[in-house]
Amino acid sequence: MTKRIEISGLNAYYGANKAVEDISMTIEPRTVTAFIGPSGCGKSTFIRTLNRMHELIPGARVEGRVQLDGQDLYGPEVDPVAVRRTIGMVFQRPNPFPTMSIYDNVAAGLKLNGVKKKSDLDAVVERSLRGANLWNEVKDRLGKPGSGLSGGQQQRLCIARAIAVEPQVLLMDEPCSALDPISTLAIEDLIALLKERYTIVIVTHNMQQAARVSDRTAFFNLAGPGQPGRLVEIGDTEKIFSAPEVEATADYIAGRFG
Amino acid sequence: MSTSITPESRGDAKRDSGRRRGRSDKTGHGTDAKLPKPAKTQVRLGDRVFLGSSRGAGILLLVIMAAIAVFLVVEALDALGKNDGNFLTDSTWVTDGAKPAFGVAGLVGGTVISAAIAMLIAVPVAVGVALFITHYAPRRVAQTLGYIVDLLAAVPSVVFGLWGLVFLSPKLIGLHTWLSDYLGWIPIFDKDDAGATARTLFTCGIILAIMVLPIIAAVTREVFLQVPRAHEEAALALGATRWEMIRTAVLPFGKPGIISASMLGLGRALGETIAVAMVLSSSQELVFKFLDPGGNTIAANIANQFGESNELGRGALIASGLVLFFLTLLVNGAARVVINRHKEFSGANA
Ligand SMILES: Nc1ncnc2c1ncn2[C@@H]1O[C@H](COP(=O)(O)OP(=O)(O)OP(=O)(O)O)[C@@H](O)[C@H]1O
Ligand SMILES: [Mg+2]
Repeated sequence: MTKRIEISGLNAYYGANKAVEDISMTIEPRTVTAFIGPSGCGKSTFIRTLNRMHELIPGARVEGRVQLDGQDLYGPEVDPVAVRRTIGMVFQRPNPFPTMSIYDNVAAGLKLNGVKKKSDLDAVVERSLRGANLWNEVKDRLGKPGSGLSGGQQQRLCIARAIAVEPQVLLMDEPCSALDPISTLAIEDLIALLKERYTIVIVTHNMQQAARVSDRTAFFNLAGPGQPGRLVEIGDTEKIFSAPEVEATADYIAGRFG
Repeated sequence: MSTSITPESRGDAKRDSGRRRGRSDKTGHGTDAKLPKPAKTQVRLGDRVFLGSSRGAGILLLVIMAAIAVFLVVEALDALGKNDGNFLTDSTWVTDGAKPAFGVAGLVGGTVISAAIAMLIAVPVAVGVALFITHYAPRRVAQTLGYIVDLLAAVPSVVFGLWGLVFLSPKLIGLHTWLSDYLGWIPIFDKDDAGATARTLFTCGIILAIMVLPIIAAVTREVFLQVPRAHEEAALALGATRWEMIRTAVLPFGKPGIISASMLGLGRALGETIAVAMVLSSSQELVFKFLDPGGNTIAANIANQFGESNELGRGALIASGLVLFFLTLLVNGAARVVINRHKEFSGANA
């Protein structure tokens, strides 16, 4: 099910502007990898190259290789739509479809895949909502609009929507930054559950969160203003937080930045 | 903001409402009882002038509207009182002589049919154009196309009328025959008249479609641009193709806007006068077979008849104008109902 992602020599551009440079790393299956680093160092840009969302921005392009169990995601015969079906994404701000009910939000991806049978949809909707720890809160109002939920519930709804299509990898770009501490903990618990089935990559600005949820941590930094972001180091979270190899990492984690 | 808090200065708060908040913040750590009571809001001169003038303008507008309405209704009722026929079901328009008989049935029919044809053609095309401009075309092309659409909206209707009469309608004769040959088994597509002209409600509908298309396209384009990028990305991240993304995120979000835009267009199609008056060879009868020459609309009939009408004729035309007004009101009301039915899901609270 879950797959290893290998990235080598990846550059991402916005027009002529290089946003991230020469990134190589391996993301193991069934692990949570946290991306940390100062604002603007290209974490979002990089994570969006992993499911080919980056190229949707006009003028944006990617160089280098991203392999999912040996298959190059940027190969000439690869359909980016298929890549996005395999690698799901949760965004910084909860973005349930406002025109759809809770049920339809979760079922949206399945309907795109052509699943029509009500009983199949019902089963997946329930499973996904349970998987996202939301079932008990919404089971009595599945027909109500998703935008009527609280921010934390909306984010879990988005997670349910993402896992409903059974992706192999789940990318999360600051999924808790718009949430209160309780909702944040709920999502973190959920991540711990999800990692048994999915490979998870999470961008976070919260050091405690990175330490709590991730197995491995990658620290990104800018060489200087106007320079592209680079991967400084990646390693087991415990090691990155206790004895990083690069001083900049230690400084950043300790809050002695800039 | 304020420097020292003394009992005296706290007393000032009553008069100086603009600074009140800064003070109460500072006194806030004392007991609640010490907080100054909310002072009665002092109305400033500017506010008073603005309030007075806007209220005055509002009242003036209402008075003018009421006066117009009263005038029209009186004139119309006057004429209706002298009508020998049935105003709602007749399709004749005789407003002089001993036995005036006039009715709007044929006119309403022509108005509704031509507007319906116009909407059936214009709405899908306009939505398509708007989608193309916002989601498919490269930036350059989109911009050019946008200008063309805006330009088209500025063409006066006389020009459309002339063009329709001189250029378009002769070219459409073939299409009329073709439609009646293949779809003639549907009653309204039947064609009695082998006819050499295409001065028909169908031609009118096509011209009206071209006239309202830019309005609908321009408004829907704005609506589609409002669709939050986050929703589009949500669909794409689920593995939607571009068209699937449009279907899951863009069209549902834009639906109320599409309906409103269509209503704007429909209002114009229902009320369009000159172009229709020029194209149709006017006749009063109720023409359901829109591929046959003839038919007329309320607005075109008013334009055609007004010049040579006597007083009774003018009253009758005003009455028909009121019918058009209620028709438009009805359609807009229906659209409101449709929009409101799904308000919960409109995305307005997202
Ligand atoms: N749509 C865009 N068009 C052009 N440049 C962009 C775009 N999005 C991001 N950038 C640029 O790319 C660089 C990296 O941005 P990115 O959003 O990836 O940073 P980040 O690490 O996610 O920051 P944050 O922690 O604030 O989210 C920045 O210099 C930014 O200005
Ligand atoms: Mg970011």
